[in-house]
Amino acid sequence: MREIVVISGKGGTGKTSITAAFAHLASTQGGAMLCDLDVDAPDLHLLLAPDRREEHEFRSGFEAVINPETCVVCGMCFDLCRFDAVQRPSPEDFLGYGVDPLRCEGCKVCVQFCPAKAIDFNEKHCGQWQASNTRFGPLIHAQLFPGSENSGRLVALLKKEARTRAEAQGLSLILCDGAPGIGCPVISSLSGASQAVLVTEPTPSGRHDLERVAELCRHFRIPASVIINKFDLNLGNTQDIEDYCMEQGHAVLGRLPHDEVVVRAMVQARCVTELPATAFSESLRSIWERIVNLEPTAQARPELIQPTPNA
Amino acid sequence: MIYAIASGKGGTGKTTVTASLAALWDRPVMAVDLDVEEPNLHLFLHPELTGEEPAFMEVPERDPKRCTLCGQCAAFCQYKALSVMGKTLLLFPEMCHGCGGCLLLCPEKALSPGKRELGRIVSGHFRTDHLSSGREEDAGFPDAGFLMGRLRVGEAMSPPLMRQVKARLPQGQSADILIDSPPGVSCPAVNAVMDADVLVLVTEPTPFGLHDFRLAVQAFRSLGKPLGAVINRSDIGGVGIGDASVQDFCRAEGIPVWAQIPYNRAVAEAYSRGEVAASAVPELRAMILALMARMQGAAAASQSASATPGEVQHA
Repeated sequence: MREIVVISGKGGTGKTSITAAFAHLASTQGGAMLCDLDVDAPDLHLLLAPDRREEHEFRSGFEAVINPETCVVCGMCFDLCRFDAVQRPSPEDFLGYGVDPLRCEGCKVCVQFCPAKAIDFNEKHCGQWQASNTRFGPLIHAQLFPGSENSGRLVALLKKEARTRAEAQGLSLILCDGAPGIGCPVISSLSGASQAVLVTEPTPSGRHDLERVAELCRHFRIPASVIINKFDLNLGNTQDIEDYCMEQGHAVLGRLPHDEVVVRAMVQARCVTELPATAFSESLRSIWERIVNLEPTAQARPELIQPTPNA
Repeated sequence: MIYAIASGKGGTGKTTVTASLAALWDRPVMAVDLDVEEPNLHLFLHPELTGEEPAFMEVPERDPKRCTLCGQCAAFCQYKALSVMGKTLLLFPEMCHGCGGCLLLCPEKALSPGKRELGRIVSGHFRTDHLSSGREEDAGFPDAGFLMGRLRVGEAMSPPLMRQVKARLPQGQSADILIDSPPGVSCPAVNAVMDADVLVLVTEPTPFGLHDFRLAVQAFRSLGKPLGAVINRSDIGGVGIGDASVQDFCRAEGIPVWAQIPYNRAVAEAYSRGEVAASAVPELRAMILALMARMQGAAAASQSASATPGEVQHA
């Protein structure tokens, strides 16, 4: 089973538009199990128009709730909470102590040590996940409720579902759209992946964030290759990023031009590769061919792939 | 006053807007980067960095001589950071949230506080005058404060580092604080904006922009703080590339639009060179100044007892 995760460090570099196009191209070559691991702000479904077949609740973690009837207002919970989640009663209101659900980490310390056993510990319903069909094949996706926690656990759950279902349906490829950043959902999305595709742009922040996400991939020993989107915004920076990739042993899969076709496709809920051919979509096709042909053993070696000529 | 600049979708222009505001702010100001996973503000403000310290989380360390393998700590821990395997107590410090429960619970006092590095807290200052027009009246405050958190690569938890950065914010009204927030709407983003007085949501008129903006409004509105939108690349809907739905959504939801910034390739190119967009592109400067005035107006209105939070005029 091959598992490709598209991530970027920096948001807005084009991860989702590129993943959707890969999903289209993969569907013409045996298909893939698709998976949107950006559970916080998922967008892949906007391009793939999924037909939802299953919907499940995602329950994870707990939150403390103080019962005002039994609370003896001793303040123990306030003193012990490391997350400043317990709020002291104010002289004007008679509501007693309370827990701010946005700050509560569900650690159970207040529940355990409350001398009056006045704190309930309730499981949290953090979001929903779905199994759907799309014109390019099956999609596993989710929506964490805004403001919720445990995105890493939801990502792990989606990946597990994707693997089981891919196997059952005889699909040998899992294609995942990841989240921005380098924190818990991204780490979770890299776990067990065979390859990371890093999408960057030739700006100081694109470069900076690429370096951090590439370091994360090295940390977890996931082979990572790089796509430079909007390369024509700054050719000097593009060249510098390619030099950096060569030095660090990350294959450069290709360059994509800054092209409004990406937004045009998005507005039509289509992939760029479904629209009439452009320089952007043609470059993307050759990038996909390179990904398909990357030898798993060769991925870790730096010298294998030359940058694409300018689109 | 604390102003947080946030967005659901990444790459909509949060850092461009924050850097531009910081450069033009007309009162003493501190720019704070709470996007600790991928902090970028320093790449545009070019602050002089004067301090860097590690930030730690308390995690348990064990004394095998005292531990009786009773397993109470492992049974209690909600994060599976401790586990009894055969004749050893195993610790998984990277899973620990630092709640301190196991230390309190251990009947043998076999656990003591150790630490795990979360990342770094970097401080310094930036000069607003060289970033703006150079005219004396625009000189701003030459020694504006700068603060950022930078998560250690491999560390999964950003909120604990963000809390430590926030603990360094100056108290009182000595300076306004501009927070560059992480993208998204889950715990890191909420952590960045929860202590702010005014929220600015940056979005763009595309299907992804609108979808994630809706999520952000859903997540942040319940905080009960004045909230306004900045629509970046605002005109791409009108020329048939993007769509106008973000503007319609703001109107329907009564969310004031504090700035509409038309698409300008010069802004993208200035950004690619690491410049503050409002300094490099004169048309942007007036829009950022107007945005600043609206943000300050919203803060003042929410402070005066008569005003209802969120009730601010449309742009």
